[in-house]
Formats: sequence, C-alpha cells, structure tokens
Amino acid sequence: MKTILYIIQKEFKQIFRNKGMLPIIFVLPLLQLVILSNAATFEVKNIKFGYIDNDHTSTSRALVEKFNASTYFNVLTDFPSETLASSAMLKGEVDVLLQIPHYFERDLQKEKHNNLGVIINAIDGAAAGVENVYVTQIVQRFNQNIKVELLQVSDQQVQPAVIETIPLFWYNKTLNYKTFMVPGILVLLVTMITLFLSGMNIVREKEIGTLEQINVTPIKKSQFIIGKLFPFWVIGMGLLTVGLILAKVIFNVPMLGSLPLMYLYTSIYILVILGIGLFISNFTDTQQQAMFIAWFFTVIFILMSGLFTPIESMPKWAQTLTEFNPIRYFVEVMRMVMLKGSGFNDILPQLLKTALYAFVMNGLAVWSYKKTT
Amino acid sequence: MNNNNVIEAQDLTKMFGDFTAVNAISFEVKKGEIFGFLGANGAGKTTAMKMLIGISKPTAGKAKVAGFDVYKQAEDIKKNIGYMSQKFALYDDLTVKENITFFGGIYGLSRKRIKEKSKLLIKELGLEEVENQLVGSLPLGWKQKLSFSVSLLHDPKIVFLDEPTGGVDPITRRQFWEMIYKAASEGTTVFVTTHYMDEAEYCDRVSIMVNGKIEALDTPKNLKQQFNVANMNDVFLKLARG
Ligand SMILES: Nc1ncnc2c1ncn2[C@@H]1O[C@H](COP(=O)(O)OP(=O)(O)OP(=O)(O)O)[C@@H](O)[C@H]1O
Ligand SMILES: [Mg+2]
Repeated sequence: MKTILYIIQKEFKQIFRNKGMLPIIFVLPLLQLVILSNAATFEVKNIKFGYIDNDHTSTSRALVEKFNASTYFNVLTDFPSETLASSAMLKGEVDVLLQIPHYFERDLQKEKHNNLGVIINAIDGAAAGVENVYVTQIVQRFNQNIKVELLQVSDQQVQPAVIETIPLFWYNKTLNYKTFMVPGILVLLVTMITLFLSGMNIVREKEIGTLEQINVTPIKKSQFIIGKLFPFWVIGMGLLTVGLILAKVIFNVPMLGSLPLMYLYTSIYILVILGIGLFISNFTDTQQQAMFIAWFFTVIFILMSGLFTPIESMPKWAQTLTEFNPIRYFVEVMRMVMLKGSGFNDILPQLLKTALYAFVMNGLAVWSYKKTT
Repeated sequence: MNNNNVIEAQDLTKMFGDFTAVNAISFEVKKGEIFGFLGANGAGKTTAMKMLIGISKPTAGKAKVAGFDVYKQAEDIKKNIGYMSQKFALYDDLTVKENITFFGGIYGLSRKRIKEKSKLLIKELGLEEVENQLVGSLPLGWKQKLSFSVSLLHDPKIVFLDEPTGGVDPITRRQFWEMIYKAASEGTTVFVTTHYMDEAEYCDRVSIMVNGKIEALDTPKNLKQQFNVANMNDVFLKLARG
C-alpha cells in the first residue's frame, strides 16, 4: 500500500510539472467541448412534408396547419391516396408523410387519445431521426393525447427501428441540439484524454528506460499498475467534473438524474479505458505506436458509439460490434441520466456490462504486463 | 552453490530469433568481489546482465544470483540486487531528493530510513546545493554518481553496473571508482561492465566476452601474464581481434 502511494505521488508530480502537457489535458478538451457541441448539430431544415388526410375535419386541418407554420417543414401536398404518396417519396419528392386516419377527430374526442401514422424517408438515418422528433413535437404540442406511430420507413434497407433512438430526443423538449450533444461530447473528452494519457505514460517510461529500472525492483505488478493508473483515474473524474460544470454554465444542459450515479458509472467506466490504455502500452515500444493504436480504437469506438449515427441504423453486424464498445454505454448512460433522469435500475444493464468490461480489460492488461521478458 | 559464490552461471544462453547474443557462458562471482565484465560493443554484456538481474528470461542454461534461481525466483533476486543501467534511468523531471524518495519507497524503506539515507547520500555526493533541482539539469557525471547511490539505497548484496562511467570525465571516473571500492569494502559484490581498460585493472577479476562467449576469465595480473602483455588494453585487443 505504501509503495503504491510513492508511485502515485511521483506520478502526480510529473504530470503537474509537465508544462506542455497540462494545457493538453485540460484546455484542449474543453475547447473541444465548446466547439464540437456547437458544430455537431443535427438540425434539419426545409423538410419536404406531405400528408394524407383521410379525416377531412377541422381538427385534421388544424394539425396540418401546425406543420405549415413550422419553420422546419415545407408543406407540400395533400396526397389523395397512399400509392401516390409512396411513389412521391420514392422519387424523393417527400421526406415525411403524415397519415391522418378516418375518424381522427371523432376518436380523439371520444377516446381522448389517438394514433397518427408517420412515414419517414430514412435514407439519411440521422436526419430521419430528427424529423421524427419534429413531427412528434408538433403533434404533441397540438394535442398531448395523440401518439405518433411510425408506420414504416421507405428505405427498405434501414429497419423501421431507426426511430427507436429517438425517445432520447423526447426528453429534450426544447429540441436543443447542444443539450443533446454536450453529454456525448463530454464522454469523448473523458475517454480520449484518459486513454491517451494512460496509454502513452507507461510507454514513455519504456522509452526513457525507467521502466526497466522499475522492473528490477521487487515491486509487485499490481502495485505498480494501480499506482500508475490511479492518477489518470483521478484526472478522468476531474475532467468529468469540469465538463459537467461547463455543460451547466455554458450550455445550460439539465442534470435531471442523480449526480452520484453519474460519478459511480464514470468511475467504473474510466477503469475500462485505463485497462485498454495499459493493454496498448504493453504491446508497443514507442509513444508513436501507442498513439496510433489508441487513435485507431478511439475513432472506431466514437463512430460506433451512437453519438453521431444512431446505432439502430447500422447494419446488424455493426450493431453487434457496438456491444463491445465501452463508449456506447457511456454515451447512453450520460444521456439517460442527464436528459431523462434515469435511475440506478435503468442504467443497471450498462453498469454491469461496463463493470465486466473493466474486469476483463484490466485482467488482460495486468496479465500482459511482464516484469521479465 | 558454493557459499562464497553470489553469482553462478552455467551455460547461460540468450537467443533473439536465431541470433545467439549470449552463448553458453559459465562463471562464478565471489562475495565481495569486484568483477569486471568486459567485451566489445555488441559482445552481449548487457544481455547477459539482464538475465542475471531477472528481467530477461534465459533461452538455456542455469544461473543463480544471491542464491536464487533466475528462472523461478526472479523477484527474490530483485530484493537482493541493485542495478544501474547503461542508459541513465532516474527521472529527469524529478529532483534529486524526489528520485531518492521514490526509489527508496518502492524498495520498501521506511520514511525515516529514506530521510536518513537521502541526507547521508546527498552529503556524500556533495549535492546539497542541488538537492531540490531537477535531475535532468545536472551534469552527466553527477547523474551517474547519484544513480549508483540510488542503486545502493536498499543495501543490496550485489550491485550490477552497466557501463557506469560511459562518457564521464576522468576526475569523476576516479571518484566513481572510489565509490565502488567503498561499496565493495562494505561487503557489496560489484558486477561491472566497462570499456575503459584502466578500470579493468581496478577489478579483482575480469572476464572478456567476444561474440557472446567468455574468452578469458582471471585476475588482471594473470591475464596479462597469460597473454604476455603489459596492460589490460593489450589483452583486450589480442582477444577481441581473435
Ligand atoms: N531485444 C533484442 N532483440 C534482438 N537483438 C538484441 C536485443 N538486445 C540485444 N540484441 C543484440 O544482441 C547483441 C548483444 O547486445 P548487448 O546489448 O548485450 O551488447 P553489449 O555487450 O552490452 O554492447 P555495448 O557495449 O554496446 O553495450 C547485439 O548484437 C544486439 O544487437
Ligand atoms: Mg551494453
């Protein structure tokens, strides 16, 4: 235990003494948070909107009028039949089709709730997701009791399930993209910095030869590794804290869920990343190699995290792959807790998978760290 | 194992792929001895040393260091040895004191002991003025002496020095050897490699490695006699040229 403390102490001294590194650790990521959150918007405008009004009542007309009034939609045509509407969508003349059923007004008054069908051209999965949210929002604002039901998506290759990502948007009532993106970007920030720092740190000691000096001491592998990684765990948690504060202060992102839960999850999540970092450093000899490999994984993890592209719009094999993507779970948990106010039980599956992941990665990392080669 | 031997190697071999870096070397080092391990660049000195200190697994052969087997008891060996690598391996971005504290700490010395040791060591090396300076800012000679002292912090039975005086000025080299003598006089066995033949003369016994093999092993005096030359330099030249 005392041995670990000596390592931790040394590590912190080195980190805070490295004047070139500090800004990279704290300033760059925060710039990233501000810039990316502003740039990576999903906003979609000038949506070509068509509808089939089977009801022809004042209610149905009023609903269509709502779409007309929206700045996002260009109301195109009232299609007399579904076949015509479908062929128009096939030609790309329509992005979104709203189906108002017979007796829409009557049922709404009688049964106090009703369903509406929406067909969305989902060739661009991300746009489709956003469009669905717009539709839902407008309908809900029109009448709380109407449920929008996604009937089908015109692009056959994309499963209708595309839209299931969207419930996330539901909890972002103002449709503020920053609110949606900030938690995700915060994930990137915590992940990238801790991965790069931990991955490069041990390789650096290999490069300068001090690792060999450590390896001739009777120190236990686990002591060394814990001492080495703990400081980066602290930095990761620090980044989360700074990021959450910025999210609140600059972007006014709500924190609906429990903060301790967020920290609990992150504390385990960072272990996964540190394990990966250590694993990488065990199999590389130079910081460059470590950097490239870390990049390789980060890019894949990010692109497949559901942060920018909904996971449900990926091919099946890719969806399966995302099961092994720790960033995916973190993005989900972050959005769930911050934007939906999900509780412990809601994120339990993610928490367990992440914990298992942490266990496996660190096991592999410790196993592959060799004091004797 | 003979009670007097702290290192025993028998046909110790290391191969990298099909290249034999260390080719079945056998030798013993006695307790308290200063053992010179000579050889041209690439002869395999560092490779052999790494097997003895337990950070490199031999390909074949046997070796015991401080009574422990290099295959099975590497971690026990590590408790009993100090090592100063060919490449300077203290932390440049830590101060003199911090380096001492860190290495003392991971060798399991108590806080109190570290304090005492570090005071004593800094005084002996005359580093009082720079004790709070980063090690990276010190001249090479000072660094090497510090590095040697750090390798002795935990009072090891054997200390392995890999070219400790490489690139160091003659005065500092002399001081360095005084330190080596002092350690030896206190009972520490010194296993040292060097390219300076005057230093070879200071050793109790020397071995000369050529292409992974030990070609000669004796006291400097006997070696000079055997090869019928006046100094170790000529012994080395005769052997290394083959
Ligand atoms: N990890 C390795 N992989 C492959 N070859 C190696 C490795 N380490 C050393 N060698 C080779 O083994 C040989 C012996 O190297 P070693 O470093 O032991 O020599 P040395 O006697 O210490 O030389 P020097 O005086 O230059 O330090 C060299 O040819 C070297 O290139
Ligand atoms: Mg060498």
